[in-house]
This record gives sequence, structure tokens and C-alpha cells, in this order.
Amino acid sequence: MSSQYKYWKPFVGPFDPCKPIRVKSYATPPQLYITFQPVGLQQFETPHQALMHGTLWPQLYSPYPDPIKGGTSSA
Amino acid sequence: MYYYEKKLQYPVRVSTCNPMLAKFLIEQYGGADGELAAALRYMNQRYTIPDKVIGVLNDIATEELSHLEMIATMVYKLTKDATPEQMKAAGLGDHYVNHDRALFYHNASGVPWTASYIQAKGDPIADLYEDIAAEEKARATYQWIIDLSDDPDLNDGLKFLREREIVHSLRFREAVEILKEEQGKKRFF
Repeated sequence: MSSQYKYWKPFVGPFDPCKPIRVKSYATPPQLYITFQPVGLQQFETPHQALMHGTLWPQLYSPYPDPIKGGTSSA
Repeated sequence: MYYYEKKLQYPVRVSTCNPMLAKFLIEQYGGADGELAAALRYMNQRYTIPDKVIGVLNDIATEELSHLEMIATMVYKLTKDATPEQMKAAGLGDHYVNHDRALFYHNASGVPWTASYIQAKGDPIADLYEDIAAEEKARATYQWIIDLSDDPDLNDGLKFLREREIVHSLRFREAVEILKEEQGKKRFF
């Protein structure tokens, strides 16, 4: 599966007034990479699981906030 | 015709009285990329879209109405027993003088909803591309609201709504593929 977040390092100037954010990110959720959902895509085990995720299919699930951002981004 | 089911699509829980969050959330109620705009846009475009994809617009428009209802419930709970002082402190003083604690279709800055937020161009590709853009913009709006919110119960509902935007976006993308009629070439499954 494709990565759900992409990262980039913006230019940081010596006189930037705000504390620089060294690594910025943006979301690239799964629908961008699926042209047409294939028939018989694997579903969540239970209806409750599906409801809690907001979709029937694990492959369409997109977490927010970025679960790994805490370790890699700010300053 | 509609049948009404007197329950929400997903449970809405709010942990704290927080009128300022209500002020931010109202963006999804009466904002340009909010649920009202989405529901009305699809409900209206469906008449002139090719038969093959009417159902997609109809079903998504209907679901957007149930999202509108969830947002309304969230905003209502966040402000229900707020004092006028709390409303004022949250930046809702101007809302309070006009509406008390009533909900209204305006965005986070108080600009009333207008039909110029939506379009029905009649060209199926133009309309569906607008719909895809609308879903991505609504997804982004949910992200920024979650960033501003410190209410874990509320965020749970907002994450559900964000995921629905993703699924809707895919459905509209699939509708475009159906209208392109290149599916025959790919139907190996």
C-alpha cells in the first residue's frame, strides 16, 4: 500500500520570526491510488470495526493525525 | 421520497462545553466546503448526470445530510448551556446577538451560506471533478478542525467524517471512470 503522508523540508531563513517547522507533511490518502475499487476487496472482520473506521475496507482507511509524524517532524 | 431514521449515522459524543470549538465546527455546517453545500450540490446535479451515475450522487447526497445532522448535534452540544459570557469569550458574541444559541448556516467567520458556493455546469466531467475537489476540501477542513480541537470524543466523530470524505472521493473518481467508458479494457477481474 502507498504511504499515507509525504514529507518535505521547506527553506528556513535565518530571520524567520516563528520557530521553524523543519519537516512539513501533507496527506495522500488511499483513494488517490485506486482508480476503480476491485471487486471482492477484503473487508473488516466485524460491522462494529467497520463503523469505527468509517469504511468497510481496511485498504480505504486513512489515519489522522499522521501516526508517525510525532517522531519525525517538528523542529 | 425520504424515510427518516431517528438516529445518527455515527455516535456523537462531546466531553466539554466548548463554544470556541463550535465556532470552528460551524465551517462544516454552513461553509463553502461544508456538508450543506455538499448535500445540495449532489442532490441537484443528479438530475442531469448520465443515468449510470445518478445513484452515486443520490446516495452520497443523502449521506451528506446525515453528516450535516452529526455536525449540528456536535455544535448544539458544545454550546447548549454556555453562558452569554462564555459565548462572548469564544468569539461568538456577534453570533449570540443575532441567533442566541441557535444554529445557523454560516461559516466560522459568520458569513452566511450562499448558493454561489456550488455549481451545476451540466457537463458531467466538470460536475464530477467539482465533486471530487469538494470532497478533498472537506477532508482538509476536517484535518484542520481536528488539529485545533482538544476534545478526544469529538475528534473520534470528526475522524469518522474525514474517512467518509475519502470514500466519497473514490466513488466520484469511479463515476468518472464509468463515464470515460474505458472500463471494458480493464475488466479482467
